[in-house]
Amino acid sequence: MKHSFLDQYSDRDSPLHRLDPRSKLVATLAFIIAVVLTPVDSWPAYGMYLVLLAVLIVLSRVPPLYILRRSLVIVPFVLLVAVLIPFFKGGEVAGSYNIGMWHISVSQSGLQIFWNILARAWLSIISLSILAATTRFASLLEGLERLRFPRVLVMLLSFMYRYIFILTDEVMRMKQARDSRSFGGKWRWQIKTVGNMVGTLFLRSYERGERVYAAMVARGFDGHSRTLERLRFGRRDALFAAGLSLALVAINLFNLLY
Amino acid sequence: MEELITVKNLSFSYPDGQQALIDVNLAIYRGESLALIGPNGAGKSTLLLHLNGILRSNGAVSLLGSPIDESNLKWARSRVGLVFQNPDDQLFSPTVFDDVAFGPINMGLSDGQVRQAVTRALGLVGMSGYEKRSPHHLSFGEKKRIALATVLSMSPEILVIDEPTSNLDPRGKWSFIGVLERMAGTKIIVTHDLELVGALCRRVVILDQGRVVADGGTGDILADKRLLAAHGLAPDGASLKLKRRG
Repeated sequence: MKHSFLDQYSDRDSPLHRLDPRSKLVATLAFIIAVVLTPVDSWPAYGMYLVLLAVLIVLSRVPPLYILRRSLVIVPFVLLVAVLIPFFKGGEVAGSYNIGMWHISVSQSGLQIFWNILARAWLSIISLSILAATTRFASLLEGLERLRFPRVLVMLLSFMYRYIFILTDEVMRMKQARDSRSFGGKWRWQIKTVGNMVGTLFLRSYERGERVYAAMVARGFDGHSRTLERLRFGRRDALFAAGLSLALVAINLFNLLY
Repeated sequence: MEELITVKNLSFSYPDGQQALIDVNLAIYRGESLALIGPNGAGKSTLLLHLNGILRSNGAVSLLGSPIDESNLKWARSRVGLVFQNPDDQLFSPTVFDDVAFGPINMGLSDGQVRQAVTRALGLVGMSGYEKRSPHHLSFGEKKRIALATVLSMSPEILVIDEPTSNLDPRGKWSFIGVLERMAGTKIIVTHDLELVGALCRRVVILDQGRVVADGGTGDILADKRLLAAHGLAPDGASLKLKRRG
């Protein structure tokens, strides 16, 4: 089965694509930290973050709609976490309602926090989408490794990237095999079938793990992952990381004066 | 002829008690290409995993005269290159380059040597220029070739290949056989595919229920229909009759 790329557009060419992954990783992390630390009520700062991201998207030559679509994936999760805040946060009441025997009130500051969490999450996820769309997954892993990210975690991510679609295929095939022989039935029966499928998938993955390990051992793997040094952190990379950090500082300073 | 691998009185049973190999004796000589055939569950894969020490049974397998044990495992694995049946198990890295470079890096080669080994191995299997691709986006036949390259990059003395033609369509199969044919050196091929055996191998060993039951020239063994039928490698009398009537 054909699947789309996890890191779609990452093999294109643009100033952002050409940067060292380490530079982009650090810049993205700095951006997210700045966004998270920006005070709740400084909306102009958030606006400027968005402008900054827009500039980066233009530079990356990745279709803005693609980034937008990917970034919206996060919204349901954030809503789930944040939706109750306006109801429980004390303070000036923005509105209150009587529903049956319950009295519900929504506070002004609660609403503000709610919008704020949504904005922060959205900005962060856009920056991550830009990172993913401008960096090949393999170089991202290399960058993480050179930044002294724990090797075991890098290997874990690498296996995940390699096997996620193979497992997806496995699930699809199992589903097709089930559907070609199943004609509905009671829900308890169906749940049992799904349970068996999950068990089978686990066993198959476990056995595949053993085979993959055998293939690694057969080529001299002894528990230490080694890689070649292929990245070059140049002047442009330093310039990008420094420039972006300065922009973030400027935004916050402006905010302070404002 | 020089003996590369000597298997002497090798018996092996899995932890669950299943006896996989019983008193196997086998000598593999330099430069030969040998087919190891047998029905499913005959113990072929178990024997194959012994050849580079992934499974070990107290010194029953010797490589170039020295028994394979803990102390020389790394050396043994760089001399005996094992290609597994399913390329999705063999290729586990995010890019083709990383996978083909995996063995040479573990052998401790320098950066330049690793790069050279990768280029050479990809060239040998006709896949130059695929370095940056992700294995997931390759066809099955391409994955098979890359899987072979991941082992060739270590320049092994002996190639051990498990089911090289399984799941390939005829075109893919014959082009892969062509790649193997051009490969110099000692080859051990584990397979059910008798066409492949006829095209590539001079010597055939039949394994059934954990024992070596035949060892001889390819022509003799493939011509012996009764022997093949007795070990589930050719249709027996009853099913042949059915076929003629149909």
